[in-house]
Amino acid sequence: MTDKISIEDFDLYYGENQALKKIRLNIIPNQVTAFIGPSGCGKSTLLRSMNRMNDMIPGVHTSGRIAIDGKNIYDRETDLVQLRKNVGMVFQQPNPFPISIYDNVAYGPRIHGIKTKKKLDEIVERTLKQANLWDEVKDRLHLSAMGLSGGQQQRLVIARVLAVEPDVILMDEPASALDPISTERLEELVIQLKKDYTIVIVTHNMQQAARVSDKTVFFLNGEIIEVNDTEQLFTHPEDQRTEQYISGQFG
Amino acid sequence: MNAKTIDRIATFCFYSIAVLIVGILLGLVSFILIRGLGVIDWSFVTEAPGSVLTGGGGVGPQLFNSFYLLILTMLITIPLGLGGGIYMAEYAKPGKLTDFIRLSIEVLSSLPSIVVGLFGLLVFVQYTGWGYSMLAGALALTVFNLPLMVRIVEQSLTAVPREQREASFALGVTHWQTILKILIPAALPGIITGTILASGRVFGEAAALLFTAGMTSPPLDFTNWDFTSPTSPLNPFRPASTLAVHIWKVNAEGIIPDAKEVASGASALLVIAILIFNLVARWLGRFIHARLTSS
Ligand SMILES: Nc1ncnc2c1ncn2[C@@H]1O[C@H](COP(=O)(O)OP(=O)(O)OP(=O)(O)O)[C@@H](O)[C@H]1O
Ligand SMILES: [Mg+2]
Repeated sequence: MTDKISIEDFDLYYGENQALKKIRLNIIPNQVTAFIGPSGCGKSTLLRSMNRMNDMIPGVHTSGRIAIDGKNIYDRETDLVQLRKNVGMVFQQPNPFPISIYDNVAYGPRIHGIKTKKKLDEIVERTLKQANLWDEVKDRLHLSAMGLSGGQQQRLVIARVLAVEPDVILMDEPASALDPISTERLEELVIQLKKDYTIVIVTHNMQQAARVSDKTVFFLNGEIIEVNDTEQLFTHPEDQRTEQYISGQFG
Repeated sequence: MNAKTIDRIATFCFYSIAVLIVGILLGLVSFILIRGLGVIDWSFVTEAPGSVLTGGGGVGPQLFNSFYLLILTMLITIPLGLGGGIYMAEYAKPGKLTDFIRLSIEVLSSLPSIVVGLFGLLVFVQYTGWGYSMLAGALALTVFNLPLMVRIVEQSLTAVPREQREASFALGVTHWQTILKILIPAALPGIITGTILASGRVFGEAAALLFTAGMTSPPLDFTNWDFTSPTSPLNPFRPASTLAVHIWKVNAEGIIPDAKEVASGASALLVIAILIFNLVARWLGRFIHARLTSS
């Protein structure tokens, strides 16, 4: 199987401080890949490198390649708009816009040129259904998204991402602000979405990584220590540091 | 003393200060209104001032001038203020240049308004050859309103949560579209508050207008809509005294027999105009905000 994302010798510096060191990693399509590791080890940094959200931070520079579908996204001619449409992102804090539920989902498609109401209606309904949110909000589409619960907001954000038709969805600790029931629903959703999308998820919760992911990547101090099938990594870790981390000895 | 007692004392202090502030405001407003309301009637609000010898008449043109000058000033200040604020919040890179711009804004905002007035006299009145005119007044007011406006727009924009900005970028939306669709709507309540504050200064300002918009109002024909005619109230190149300037002038000259009454009435009228303006502006702001934030 060809890789969806292939990262080769990727370094990232925040000014003088090197946050990622010679990262090599291949991410397989239609799988969920989990990033785990102690706080500050570079999980979010690598995730945000995959849709170049780090570009906005002053002083960041990189070397190496991150290729998506074979094209290096750090090439000079990369179209950031196209890249970010293709690689969606869900953040730690649910971040709906303070506008209606409908307008949140329609925001991306509208900006990217879809104008007819019929088409937008169709996109909103389809993506909200995909995000398992439709039944809860179909009668209040035109009310503010700020009135939704945290878990609903996070699913709305996912629908908003789906509406611009990405291939890859990056999630940075998407459940860390949610209660257990919302978390469970989110996890179900992640598993369900992987048949159509390639998903990378950062999590601090090892049970969550074990439940939702196919592959797990363990980070330490800006380096990848171990990559393996999730079951393998959690039951028979190869590296001693991985074992220490998953058995809760640090982090 | 235990923590609880101190807590009670602190609470009492803050309540007292709040009561004091409200008390001062109420006292001031009622003093002005009580002294002035007796003078205000329909003819006072609509008629032009009487002759210097007889007194009488009203402050109609001055009331109109205050509002018209406000509109002119805001037509200049709002676009410039938005542009400057957006630049400072979104495009300015940290560094020497930005620090210098910020310093300039601070200095500009602390210039005494009489100095701004004199600057206006030199540049907008004499250099341009316009003479005393509304436009010169509006530009002078812009000079000292602009820093306030820029700062408020900048603060409102930077106060928008970073998450919303990132959410928009992550959807493949460009910086400019994000500013337009997410940041400005979210910053709007702050921007509106700033606009109201800046407008309040236009109503109240006298010093900067004395030598720019002038202290007199020509005879106006309110049926004349020709912008270029000297008797048209809409002509931005005519001199115009506002309510605040008129109050100052009537009091300072003290020539007309009923100077006290006119000043009291005009003060009350000014206060009422400001109150009404504030309420309407706030309502309008909420309305616009509601329209922008849900369909
Ligand atoms: N904007 C930034 N500017 C400078 N340094 C940063 C920035 N963001 C992250 N870093 C540094 O880069 C390193 C990796 O941070 P990163 O946020 O990727 O870690 P993480 O694995 O996501 O941690 P967490 O689990 O706490 O979210 C840390 O040392 C952090 O201090
Ligand atoms: Mg992180």
